[in-house]
Amino acid sequence: MNEEKRGDCSRIDVEYVARLARLDLEPREAELFQRQLTQIVEYIRALQGVDVEGVEPMAHAVAVENVFRGDVPRDGLDRDAVLANAPEQDGEHFRVPLIVG
Amino acid sequence: MKYVPAIGLEVHVQLLTKSKLFCACRTDFGAEPNTQVCPVCLGYPGALPVINREAVRLTALAGLMLDSKIASFSKFDRKNYFYPDMPKNYQISQYDRPLCLGGGLAFETGGRTRTVRLNRIHLEEDVAKSMHAGARSSVDFNRSGIPLMELVTEPDFASAQEAYDFLLALRQILVYGGVSRCNLEQGNLRCDVNCSVRPETRSGLGVKTELKNLNTFKGVFNAIEHEAARQIGILEGGGVIRQETRRWDTDAGVTELMRSKEDVHDYRYFPDPDLMPITLSSGQVERWRSELPELPRQRRERLAAEFGIPAYDAGVLAADKAVADFFEDAARLSDNPKAVSNWVMSDMLRLLSETGRSIEDIPVRPAALAALVKLVDGQAVNMPGAREVFEELFEKGGDPAEIVRARGLAQVSDEGALEAMAEQAIAENAKSAADYKAGKTAALQFLIGQVMRKSKGKANPAGVREILKRRLSG
Repeated sequence: MNEEKRGDCSRIDVEYVARLARLDLEPREAELFQRQLTQIVEYIRALQGVDVEGVEPMAHAVAVENVFRGDVPRDGLDRDAVLANAPEQDGEHFRVPLIVG
Repeated sequence: MKYVPAIGLEVHVQLLTKSKLFCACRTDFGAEPNTQVCPVCLGYPGALPVINREAVRLTALAGLMLDSKIASFSKFDRKNYFYPDMPKNYQISQYDRPLCLGGGLAFETGGRTRTVRLNRIHLEEDVAKSMHAGARSSVDFNRSGIPLMELVTEPDFASAQEAYDFLLALRQILVYGGVSRCNLEQGNLRCDVNCSVRPETRSGLGVKTELKNLNTFKGVFNAIEHEAARQIGILEGGGVIRQETRRWDTDAGVTELMRSKEDVHDYRYFPDPDLMPITLSSGQVERWRSELPELPRQRRERLAAEFGIPAYDAGVLAADKAVADFFEDAARLSDNPKAVSNWVMSDMLRLLSETGRSIEDIPVRPAALAALVKLVDGQAVNMPGAREVFEELFEKGGDPAEIVRARGLAQVSDEGALEAMAEQAIAENAKSAADYKAGKTAALQFLIGQVMRKSKGKANPAGVREILKRRLSG
């Protein structure tokens, strides 16, 4: 089921994408996003006309490799600051609606 | 019909680094919730990850110890999903270009050596820890971003016992290599299990289920036993196995459905544009290879050869790197390595097990054990006395000769004193003396015990035996 969806670029399944993103869409929104996402795919489709015979696939647009840091620890942020913007917290943790699975 | 299971493991191992995989936050266990966090591991928009070089080195080291091929090119990908343990909505992992490819591990199981193949080892970040209570979940991000190495085996295990023995051997190697502490209580090592069964007469693999969230080796063992039996039960009843993810319930001792194939995740992996690829030259890989530590199997063989101890001793000592280190340090200072081995294998391991302590945390030093062995060999203290000394060393440390003096444990080897005590014991136990003369050899042991008691345990038992035998043979 998923393989098909991934392979078929001509039409984006907005309902499926919304489900993966845990979004409830109004029919009006679904229609809007359907149109917009299809347009985006159209832009990208233009690339399919380019001859890439013999061109190595790239892992990154910038030709830089091996950007590392040393294993040197640093103190974290102050917890009050960390939790300050949370919609809900208990002074130690972020609190979110019950999640399981 | 007989069914055979085919089992594969995915083992997540926390790497022994001081800082996280993509930021400098600490990895200390047991810190107050949400105190080892920063914009990167909290997933703030715009915060940029930078790869910890040490995490790459440790993963490659594990790969070299497990005969994997170290990839000359690898990269990080985003694994997209929505869940509060990962606020940036993707986990940074490696999809199609992992750091290590292939490999395998030979290990002892059921009295023989088995080799299980590895598919790959890749590097990824851990997610936050969530605790569920009532209608809310609490989330702690200290664990978010800690480097995990995920090691995937081929479905080569035929039983729960094989998987269990493999994990023991794997842990031993990773601890030896300094790749991970592999502390199960601290969640350093967590497993997912893929389990399928097929009729013995058929080749190929049956439909598999995935068992999640196993954080003890015993749990892995029990979950596989239960799941293989469940699948065989279904097939024997004419049913079919559905591909699904199941959760092991430790308390109930059963696996239960988490999600079926229809809900299988579609992670939409793509290369992470925030991270540059990793290239490793063969020169770099060879340098790491030359720094590989000695592995348990090699150490076992070397200990036996170098110190002339039995293969059995070498196996027991080499099983734990810290124990082997202790033995080796003590044995180098002693001219009686076998006696050192006896002390470590019996009294030391017994006391460690009784007290639940680790050999690194006790005050007794290898030099003290070597000195104690020397006192025993020089007959300055007998074995029961030496045991007392060892127990004090184990508790408080110190100098064995000093403890012998302080506790008055010096062995009485003085001929005159022993002769006097032997004469007295024979006189007081005429019947035993007569029994011995009449051929009851067990009576001698009783008389030796009497002399030992007179000496308050300090007599040299071998000397006492000789004196008694001589006196009673007249």
